[in-house]
Amino acid sequence: MRSTLTPNDLAGSILRGDRLALARACTEVENGTAAGEAVISLLFRHSGQAHIVGVTGSPGTGKSSLVNRLARAYRDRHPEHKVAIIAVDPTSPFSGGAVLGDRVRMRDLSGDEKVFIRSMATRGALGGLARQTNALTRLFDCAGYQLILVETVGAGQSEVDIVRLAHTTLVVEAPGLGDDIQAIKAGILEIADILVVNKADHPGADATERSLRMMLELSHHRPKSDYGHHRAGDSNQAPDEDEEVGWLPPVLRTIATENTGITELLDQVTVHRAWLEVNDLWQSRERQRVRAELQVLIREMLFTAWQSGQPADALEEMIERVLAREVSPFEAVDRLISNHQ
Amino acid sequence: MSEGKIRVLVAKPGLDGHDRGAKVIARALRDAGMEVIYTGLRQTPEMIAEAALQEDVDAVGLSILSGAHMALVPRVMELLKKQGQGKISLFVGGIIPEEDVAALKDMGVAAVYGPGTSTQVVAEAIRAAVEAQAA
Repeated sequence: MRSTLTPNDLAGSILRGDRLALARACTEVENGTAAGEAVISLLFRHSGQAHIVGVTGSPGTGKSSLVNRLARAYRDRHPEHKVAIIAVDPTSPFSGGAVLGDRVRMRDLSGDEKVFIRSMATRGALGGLARQTNALTRLFDCAGYQLILVETVGAGQSEVDIVRLAHTTLVVEAPGLGDDIQAIKAGILEIADILVVNKADHPGADATERSLRMMLELSHHRPKSDYGHHRAGDSNQAPDEDEEVGWLPPVLRTIATENTGITELLDQVTVHRAWLEVNDLWQSRERQRVRAELQVLIREMLFTAWQSGQPADALEEMIERVLAREVSPFEAVDRLISNHQ
Repeated sequence: MSEGKIRVLVAKPGLDGHDRGAKVIARALRDAGMEVIYTGLRQTPEMIAEAALQEDVDAVGLSILSGAHMALVPRVMELLKKQGQGKISLFVGGIIPEEDVAALKDMGVAAVYGPGTSTQVVAEAIRAAVEAQAA
């Protein structure tokens, strides 16, 4: 029943605002089919408007609830804009299946025709996103969604792929998770454009906020005298010559379940976008993203092309030879590649 | 579909607050290799249909213990049909009297499962129904 629609049909319907066509296209893109790629190619000239906001943080910090409130607040502020949410959850390495439960916390958004929520399983990818998450944001951008919220799997320390995808990255922490020490280890702090202490009514919120601020001062190499002016991001609009150095991530407190602090958070998301644009960083982030995207695609395409020119078991045979210590992985690849020519 | 997974929405319509069965099924379907979108308690038929659309699922499982199945199930079916998803396989689990089981199946419900059904049976039935759809 799916394959009856051509990419042309899907693209046309998506432009007319047909949500079922968009959902079907999401499935094609998620499955990495040629049809999915074709839909994006057909619509690509319509894209480039979306603000992609990543939301990451440890499990249990309340990311889904925060995304829910943020989307609601954005829709209230921009009644004419559309919001897409991509919620990524892990695939079970044992069965290949997944339970995608983020919608449970996004009930407030149901019934709003201008909000589209799509759950996505990682399908074996590491890094907090699925392999096709990037392509899916392209699709929503093509379909005219102005804000795309990408919620990563509960990230620990190394899952930082989101920063390559998003214009603005929120890192969510919550008191009582032992994160005041975790934060020090985590490379995740350095990717934050905005830091959120959610569940700010829980005991320990002050300590969490304090330790985040301390970490920020250690990781952002600015002359100390500058810090006084950059409390909670209130003067972040100031342009700066040095790339990315002029933004000191604000630390905000929220209680998503009570809708507290959400307006201020949305304000900062907007300010960050404006700051990127004023400093020509929007374009440079886009450029970085396209560069990374093309590199991945070239790699995949070359691999596929190489594989199609090989006997089906060439790779398997070489794996056995490496396991038997007859050849090193480097020699193996040398031989496999030269066979190809 | 090159590496498509079976996607199933597991929803809990109506006002009863017992979601254990729904959660057990969700986990069992995951263990059978499916992607399960779980929406939680007290979903209206409208919310269920909307989630089924956005997630482009192959099947919908409804867990109903409140006795309101004869009102809820036809409504969900009607909404799915209206939005162009009439071919989605619909499964119902819960406490459903014998005479209603026949009526639900007449409406087009693929199967109705009572307490104690092996989760493996449910997973296999969903897989079979989805494969029949795609053929």
